[in-house]
Amino acid sequence: MSDVVEKTLTALPSLLSLDSQPGAAKLSSTSKLGNLIRGITELTSKHEEEKLIQRELTSIKEQVSSPNTSMRQMKELMVRATYCEMLGYEASFSYIHAIKLAQQGTALEKRVGYLAVSLFLNEDHELLLLLVNTVLKDLQSTNLIEVCMALTVVSQMFPKDMIPAILPLVEEKLNHPKEIIRRKAVLALYKFYQIAPNQVQHIHNKFRKALCDKDPGVMTASLHIYLQMIKENPEGYKDLTASVVTILKQVVGGKLPMDFNYHSVPAPWLQIQLLRILSLLGKNDHSTSEIMYEVLDESLRRAEMNHNITYAILYECVKCIYTIHPKSELLEKAAKCIGNFVLSQKINLKYLGLKALTYVVQQDPRLALQHQMTIIECLDHPDLIIKRETLELLFRITNAQNVTVIVEKMLEFLRISKDDYTTTDLVGKVAELAEKYAPDNEWFIETMNTVFSVGGDVMQPDIPNSFLKLLSEGFDSVEEDRKLRQFAVDSYVSLLQGGPGKLPQRFLQVISWVLGEYSHLSEELDPATVLSLLSKLLDSKNTSSETKSWVLVAMTKLCEGRAGVSVAREVSETYSSSLDTALRQRAQELQHLSQDSELRARVLPRDASREPLEVDSSLSFLDGFVSEALAAGAAPYKPPHQRQEELAQEKALSLEPYGLSLPISMSSCSIGDRQSPTLLSVSSGLSGDSIELSHKGGSATLKLDGVKRVWGREGYLSKRESVEETAQVEVPSPLRSPSQQGEADKSHNQTPTPTPTPEPEQEKQQLASSLFVGLGSQSSVCLMGKSDLTNQRFRRKARCPGTSSGSSEITSNSIVSPPSMVDSLLYNNLLDSNITSELDLASPQSPPQLSQDLSTANGTCDVDLTDRDVTANNPSIIRDNGVVAAEDPDKPTDLCLSSHLPAELSGLSRSEITALCSHQSLHLSACHVQGDDSLALVVFILNSSDSDVQQMLLQLDSDQLEVSSVSESPVQEVRGDSVVVCQYSLTVKRPSVLVEVCGVMSFMCSVGTPQSVQFSYKLPLASFIRPLTVSTEEYGTMWLAFSHDTKQNLTLMREDRESLTATLNVLKNKLQLHVVEIIGMEGIVACRLLPDQPCLMHCRINAGTLAVWLRSPIPDLPDCLIYHCQRALQEH
Amino acid sequence: MKQKLPLLDSITLIDIYIRFMLLFSRQGKLRLQKWYVPLSDKEKKKITRELVQTVLARKPKMCSFLEWRDLKIVYKRYASLYFCCAIEDQDNELITLEIIHRYVELLDKYFGSVCELDIIFNFEKAYFILDEFLLGGEAQETSKKNVLKAIEQADLLQEVRLLNDIDVGTKAVSY
Repeated sequence: MSDVVEKTLTALPSLLSLDSQPGAAKLSSTSKLGNLIRGITELTSKHEEEKLIQRELTSIKEQVSSPNTSMRQMKELMVRATYCEMLGYEASFSYIHAIKLAQQGTALEKRVGYLAVSLFLNEDHELLLLLVNTVLKDLQSTNLIEVCMALTVVSQMFPKDMIPAILPLVEEKLNHPKEIIRRKAVLALYKFYQIAPNQVQHIHNKFRKALCDKDPGVMTASLHIYLQMIKENPEGYKDLTASVVTILKQVVGGKLPMDFNYHSVPAPWLQIQLLRILSLLGKNDHSTSEIMYEVLDESLRRAEMNHNITYAILYECVKCIYTIHPKSELLEKAAKCIGNFVLSQKINLKYLGLKALTYVVQQDPRLALQHQMTIIECLDHPDLIIKRETLELLFRITNAQNVTVIVEKMLEFLRISKDDYTTTDLVGKVAELAEKYAPDNEWFIETMNTVFSVGGDVMQPDIPNSFLKLLSEGFDSVEEDRKLRQFAVDSYVSLLQGGPGKLPQRFLQVISWVLGEYSHLSEELDPATVLSLLSKLLDSKNTSSETKSWVLVAMTKLCEGRAGVSVAREVSETYSSSLDTALRQRAQELQHLSQDSELRARVLPRDASREPLEVDSSLSFLDGFVSEALAAGAAPYKPPHQRQEELAQEKALSLEPYGLSLPISMSSCSIGDRQSPTLLSVSSGLSGDSIELSHKGGSATLKLDGVKRVWGREGYLSKRESVEETAQVEVPSPLRSPSQQGEADKSHNQTPTPTPTPEPEQEKQQLASSLFVGLGSQSSVCLMGKSDLTNQRFRRKARCPGTSSGSSEITSNSIVSPPSMVDSLLYNNLLDSNITSELDLASPQSPPQLSQDLSTANGTCDVDLTDRDVTANNPSIIRDNGVVAAEDPDKPTDLCLSSHLPAELSGLSRSEITALCSHQSLHLSACHVQGDDSLALVVFILNSSDSDVQQMLLQLDSDQLEVSSVSESPVQEVRGDSVVVCQYSLTVKRPSVLVEVCGVMSFMCSVGTPQSVQFSYKLPLASFIRPLTVSTEEYGTMWLAFSHDTKQNLTLMREDRESLTATLNVLKNKLQLHVVEIIGMEGIVACRLLPDQPCLMHCRINAGTLAVWLRSPIPDLPDCLIYHCQRALQEH
Repeated sequence: MKQKLPLLDSITLIDIYIRFMLLFSRQGKLRLQKWYVPLSDKEKKKITRELVQTVLARKPKMCSFLEWRDLKIVYKRYASLYFCCAIEDQDNELITLEIIHRYVELLDKYFGSVCELDIIFNFEKAYFILDEFLLGGEAQETSKKNVLKAIEQADLLQEVRLLNDIDVGTKAVSY
């Protein structure tokens, strides 16, 4: 068919020779539009065209405003006006006439009127209001065509506020006898659902009716709404699964009328829509996925014909199979399918094959391995799009071993790509990989140099931010840090000496900061040389004034000695008269500080950029100045929100709109980004110091463990984790098992050319082995990404106290062995906060030995945890001097222990009593009890034997918690067959999603040998949250004073119309929050972390989700709380 | 206090299958444009210019898909005309290609061996067909027969009107 069309189309002579047209007769060549079009084609220059169209528009304008113009003429005029607009000439005078035509014309004129309106106007154009009455009238018309026209325009654009006016009429049309009307009504409601979901909530049952409509067209249309709703809340529509499966079965089985066939494939669009819905429903849900396996298998089987449309269905099928709970049989078939795509000669299919590979490689890295030669070929494909997608695929399989090759390929692409958007994206990815897997300092700095020079001013600002943060915070080894910094300095000096003219501003800023901070590390480097290089930068015409600020700050740090002072004086003189206030300020600072070296040492202490900086965000040091100014008659300061409020004269809280978090920066999210605007304004935004300040301010929030960072973007963490694991195990450890070796070798042998290979072929193979290294041993990793038992054990063994920072990562791996019920988003958050606490351990503030100790200590209790996870069903595990032996889980019943609960705690809400550990006849259990202002941990020690236990010593310790004993004298013995209760009060030192108490109990049995058992007890941070009663005004002031914040969208409870209230109530009840006030679509909520650390929450309904913004003076607290909010809403 | 979304946001955030559809000639002349996301004229012009340039620069054997900002562009050339749709990255490019093809089939059936000139001189008809096929950026009706039936019935009114010049409202009962 397509061939026929193409032939007829090509057979026609070109545009200009109108007369010889076979089809010319049917063209309205005599019409005015025809004349206009022909007139335009005869012109030779753009200028002439402009003149002609302007003439045309003037004449149209004259005619439309003349009272004598009939509607029929008007119709013709509107067609011409739309034509002019399409050519890019404005005809806004005609908009109102288009509306008039829709209003007053007869049916066929109306049709043109409505069309012109839909082409001319935007959804939010104010003239659209004038159309409401017309639509209203036409919806009630007895003429079906008019009803259709009205519904068509409504489904494309309608003023949001006017929806209630026509909603009943549209709803009514759902019962119309004609299917075309029902279909259009469904689509109109879909539009309403998109622009104002709350308005159509009450008609959900009617959507169901549409889904069951006897006409397949109406049913298909209703799927648009369902797809959208299921996307937002998959849990709410699980009951649809069976119906969707049935529909798909019928469609695949060819039960629909032949009209819906497309190239003899039954209703492909419908099939794809259904497959999408299924994949949403089956995601992370085993039992729902079970229902769909059969039909998916059938879809795969049926789609056999060699035509684009069957490939489209296959692609969707494969995606669905890889999204839902996996079934190996189907995965195998899907993998084969992907293989067919990738190997196809058709370029479009190849592209989709790569895209599918990219999608599934996280779950099954072996697939990439299978197709390595094709991937290599695609990497050199002449079509950039194919190349780009291949890089995307490689990005996802990057590990510590292949990072250099892959990054090299990406940089190669960056050098030829001219598209800013691609550059921004790729540069971000390179930076991410470089930070995560850099093999050495030189490579890292050089790669980042390329990133900065190529990415220049289009890259995301968090790239330079996190780079500088990484440099300043360093990693475990002081020596390594010094080397890295020194290398950076040397590299930058040589760059500046080579001529900085072409370097982007952002890069120059990074360079200035690093030189200012670290150039003293390089001993051969004379400070005067650096100063002269910097002042050359100042003189350059290409340097922006923002960059100049950075340079001046760097000079301020460097201006030592006589030479320095004289340079400083010269420079500061030049710039203290600058028109730019920021520059002037910097120049002043430079001048003063260069003259007073003592002051300078205090203001800018050397090598102190990693010290946390106390930011007084209330600016109390300015109090004196303020009161003076007030006394002198100045107007009192009003915070921006108050000013805005007064301007708007509205009662609603006006906080700034929510920004969307960028997917890439989720994990590498820089502090600078997350910093509250208030804090940024403190640091005066423009200044060179701002970045320094902002990351200092939040240094405890997120630490990048530099090149050793493990966690990647949401979604393929599990795969990352396993890649990293194997890499970790393979590289440093000489213990590499022969079986692994064998597997790796085998994988290399999989390359499909056993015969002697020609030269280029060999090159490719070489490239292949360097690209796909590290993936081979993956084949032992099971598909789900859950590392199996043996793997974990091996990992643990590999980690002995001697290994470097690698060990601490592995620790964090084991903490988070995947909790399958939590979805990936939550999971991600959990990871984030874990990594935070993890990295804090190794933070450079603590002396190296101490951090070593800490991480080893931490390691031990993690081992314990890992064991627990592995044998989740068997809660009691004894750890006796490292020997793991599981005992019969005869844990003492909750009931009998609870009677031992101290009297003062008995009325309060408490957690279940869980067994901690036991040793022979000694059983330890614990629970936590939530008081109004406290959280108590109660440990029960049950001795079930006859003999006494003596010299007992129970010690609790925690990284995140402050633990203090409530009992006056420590218990020392437990008599036979009795229970001893120890009570502790807990407060949070450092928030984390789950906080943990580790304990050791040593004791002496009657037999005589000293024994000890270890245990750990985890409790959610939510147990420490209590309501905080504040007024709206107090809330406002507090909000501005807090500097740590986080934003996230949460799912709304959408059963009733009061969704905000309902959602907040759930949170209030589950998490003990205090709802301060609800105003319209916004709500403010406050809580405190025991004893009195406030956290504020601002919620707003935004496009069907709850946009939540949390702020607190405590780092990490907002992140942890948002996690618990998500959990609470999910569990509800 | 309504906040207007900046260009990029509105085009990528709104969850519509097809964000816009453009038809343009080999010479880069726009023949049809349908925007399913609200954009200002200036933005539309900018996007059109960028895309026409990029698509025309592609060689015939190249892939029919393009990355453009956060979106995917799916395009296909039929004789002297390029049809081009913007979709989201996660969407199915192949089925979009078939959307384009089905539209061409509809045009072909309606005009009888369609050529670029049919679309130039009767562009409003091409829009009518598009509106019956895609509505608000989603596929409305994929049965070729049904789409053409709807169009023909609306056209019929026109014919009747031209012949008899009587009020159409009363005639519509025949629908």
